[in-house]
Amino acid sequence: MKIIITAQGKEKTSLMDARFGRCQYFHVYDYDKGFIKAIENRANQATGGAGIKAANLILKEKPDVIITSDVGPNAGYVLKNNEIKVFVSDLKKVSDVFADFKENKLEEISI
Amino acid sequence: MLNINIAVISGKGGTGKTLVATNLAPILKANYIDADVEEPNGFIFLKPKVIKTYKVKTSIPKIDQVKCQQCYKCIDFCEFNVLAKAQDKILVFDKLCHSCGGCKLVCEYDAIRYIKKEIGHISIGTYKEIECRQGILKIGELMAVPLIEELLSKLKNELNIIDSSPGTSCNVVSTLSYADSCLLITEPTQFGLHDLKRAVSLVRKFKIPFGVIINRAMKGNDLIEKYCQTEKINVIGQIPYDVTIAKLYSEGKLLIEQEKYKKEFTKLGKIIKEFLLCNLQS
Repeated sequence: MKIIITAQGKEKTSLMDARFGRCQYFHVYDYDKGFIKAIENRANQATGGAGIKAANLILKEKPDVIITSDVGPNAGYVLKNNEIKVFVSDLKKVSDVFADFKENKLEEISI
Repeated sequence: MLNINIAVISGKGGTGKTLVATNLAPILKANYIDADVEEPNGFIFLKPKVIKTYKVKTSIPKIDQVKCQQCYKCIDFCEFNVLAKAQDKILVFDKLCHSCGGCKLVCEYDAIRYIKKEIGHISIGTYKEIECRQGILKIGELMAVPLIEELLSKLKNELNIIDSSPGTSCNVVSTLSYADSCLLITEPTQFGLHDLKRAVSLVRKFKIPFGVIINRAMKGNDLIEKYCQTEKINVIGQIPYDVTIAKLYSEGKLLIEQEKYKKEFTKLGKIIKEFLLCNLQS
C-alpha cells in the first residue's frame, strides 16, 4: 500500500503541511518499507485550481491513501473519483504521522 | 458632446463608486453601466424600467469519454487546472475554464468539443432619459470577465459611466480596457490610501486620464491630498463625511433627488467635464 503525506519540507523530519493543494512537498511512503521519497509540489504556485493540479500530480504515484489535514472540494472530488482514501492528522512530524497511520490512530474522512 | 467611457474604480471596496456613478450619470446625461457583475447594486438607486434581459453564455469543454484514449495531453496543457484524471474518464471543473480552446487543439482523438454554458445575464433599462445596463453573474460562477466583456463591448457610442468592481483584479483590468478615462474613488483612511495606490499603479498602465474623488472627506484630514500632491494626481472633487448622505444611501435613494446635493453633483459634473475635455485632447 502506498501512502502520500503532505509535508512542509523534503527532509524526513519535516512537519506535515496542513494544506493539500498548496503544500510544499509530498512524502511517499510504502506501508511495509517506509519512506520512499519526497516530491516537490509544483502545483502550489498555481493561481487557481491548485488542489486539482496537485491531485493530478500525485496520481502518477498511484497512491492508495492521502494524509493531510484539509482537502478542498475540488481536490477531494478528484481523489474520490480515483478511489483514493483521505485520512486526516494533526500537525506533527511526517514520520510520526506515518507511525500513527500504521497504528490505526488516524481518522478517514468521507468526501 | 463627449462620447467616451468613464470607468469609476476604487481599489478599496465600499468607498463610494456606486454613490458617485449613480448620482453623476443622470447629471451628466450619461448612460449608467454596472460592471460590478458579482454584486451589481446601481439599479437599487436608479430603479430603471428594465426593457430587455438576455443570457450570457461561455464555452466549456465536453469530453467524449468513448473517444478519449486517456493520453492526458489536455490535462497537461490546461493552464487553469480545469481537467483532472479519474479512473476511466476525465473530470471537468468547468467553473475554472477560461474557454481558451487549447484542450481541443491538443487532443489527437477528436474527443473534445465545446458546449455553451450560461454564466449570467445582462439587463437593459431606462431611467429618465439615460440608459442603464447591468451584468449579473450567476451565483456560483467564477468567471466574471466574459460577462464584463459582453457588457462593455456593446455600449452605445455615447457618454457612458461604468461602475466597476472594487480591487485591482481581472474584472477591473477588463473594465479599464474599455475605458477612455477613469475616476478613482477613495476615502481618507489608511486602507483607502493603501488600495488607492494599487489602483493608481494599475490605471497608469492604461495611459488614460484619471482623477481622484475623495469620499467621506473630513476637515483636517489631508491623507489623500498629500499623496495626490506628491504623485501629481488631480483631486477632482470631495464628498463630505455626512450622516444625511449615509441615511439616504441606506434607503436606496439618489442624493441628487435633494436640491442641496443636486447642486453639488452638478458642480462636480462640470469639473469632470472640463477635466476630461482638457486631458483627452492633449
